[in-house]
Amino acid sequence: MITNERHSDTEPTSASSSVGPKAGGWTGAAARWLERRLPIGKLLPTRQPYYIGSWVYVFGVVTIAALAWVIASGVILAFFGPQWWHESATGRFFNSLHFWSIQLFFIFMVLHLWGQYWAAGWRDGRAPTWMIGVVIFLISIITAFTGYISQQNLDAQWIAVNAKDAINATGAGAFFNPLNFGQMYGLHVMLLPIAVTLLVVLHVIQVRLRGVVAPIGATDADLVDGGTVETSP
Amino acid sequence: MDGPVPYLQWGFIQISLANLVVIGVMLVLFVLALVLPFPGHAERGDHDAGPR
Repeated sequence: MITNERHSDTEPTSASSSVGPKAGGWTGAAARWLERRLPIGKLLPTRQPYYIGSWVYVFGVVTIAALAWVIASGVILAFFGPQWWHESATGRFFNSLHFWSIQLFFIFMVLHLWGQYWAAGWRDGRAPTWMIGVVIFLISIITAFTGYISQQNLDAQWIAVNAKDAINATGAGAFFNPLNFGQMYGLHVMLLPIAVTLLVVLHVIQVRLRGVVAPIGATDADLVDGGTVETSP
Repeated sequence: MDGPVPYLQWGFIQISLANLVVIGVMLVLFVLALVLPFPGHAERGDHDAGPR
């Protein structure tokens, strides 16, 4: 019980002050790394550069809002199953909610991509943020594809049979089989949504780490305190 | 809903009317986002006065 005694004696106020510069083992090192790389002021800033006051910067958060609706409606669909979502009025409503949420997700994701492309959003050390965004886009396409196959109707069968030839032609047919419903459904409701969600969280943390990229040609005056605005006026 | 989907074609370019409409709406939204003022936000040079 040495650990308990030490904790009761020191009354730690924060991770770094409690464990000292080298103490704490891996946990202490992780705490110091997190405090150094992502202090709470960076994670939840109350001021942002003035140039984020544009509708272009709304596209990203609308994409996240659409993703929240996609996940919420998807959880309900998975809980009640295909007969419910095809035959009951409430089921068809949630099926439509899932479908239209994903349409909005893709529309606003591509608008966000256009905005970041024309702003060269990968500048000043933000290449990993851009690349994670590209990976999210690609995984989202596979997730949507497996979703069409998981509908449990003629449309799904038609897509699966035609896609089987296409996937075989790429050489990936042996381990990604559109005719294997269990594999497609499992990927759609479990692995791919988890991957998209985790990568979106990582993407947002990366944005918080480096801040929103300055407009091309912005001066230093735009980047100091005088050029910031409250995020929640 | 069960009828054939209308398609448009110019040479080798072929696209469904629905997809063309979606792309058109996206372009309009993008241009509007660039030109419409953001509510409650000070113009450049006016930021010292703080948010409105």
